[in-house]
Amino acid sequence: MIKVQEQDFDLQAEVAALIKGKTDIGGVVSFTGLVRDVSEGAKVAAMTLEHYPGMTQKQLAAIEAEACARWPLSASLIIHRYGRLLPGEQIMAVVTASAHRQAAFEAAEFLVDWLKTKAPFWKLESDGAQETWVEARDSDDAAAERWEK
Amino acid sequence: MKLLYFAWVRSRIGMAAEDIAPPDGVNNVTALVEWLRTRGPGYMLAFADLEVVRVAVNQEHADFDAAIKPGDEIAFFPPVTGG
Repeated sequence: MIKVQEQDFDLQAEVAALIKGKTDIGGVVSFTGLVRDVSEGAKVAAMTLEHYPGMTQKQLAAIEAEACARWPLSASLIIHRYGRLLPGEQIMAVVTASAHRQAAFEAAEFLVDWLKTKAPFWKLESDGAQETWVEARDSDDAAAERWEK
Repeated sequence: MKLLYFAWVRSRIGMAAEDIAPPDGVNNVTALVEWLRTRGPGYMLAFADLEVVRVAVNQEHADFDAAIKPGDEIAFFPPVTGG
């Protein structure tokens, strides 16, 4: 399931809804990304996430489908927010549920790594006075590349 | 043809979207960028270094040699930084 939204989310409620009625699940893994108050040594007062509506939904669905093709998942969820966020706020989450933990752990890592390099979101950080577009990291590319077949 | 610009590509060009009709012969992304560069300093600045510009054709990631045609939706943006 894909959710692209401006408002915050309740991870526990999302997980409960995702796995409700499914009894083949042995483990659920979740990862939540938060806004840090420091980035590359600079203070972050606020962050604005821009995205490409239409393509965002499509790309996230493709990434989720790829995860489902690679691992035996009983359920999965990607939530990603856009708009203005403050330090400490939730940016995104992935949830994976499977009969066994290894598939759930690996698929969750894969989802985060791939969406970081493929989903059309851009972060604009503000230190309170100046705004700076966040630059893509080589380490994120390397993390995504290890999943290339 | 609909063009969309995001993040600093948008701020350098000074708009988020525009409908354009490029001249005949502009049939791939590279040719489109070359033509856009002639349209003003904002475009020159946005497309100064193509190493840091990505393109999507009809909402799919594409290469600069991808073919384009009237009616396509083409988006230019920096490398993505979500997650």
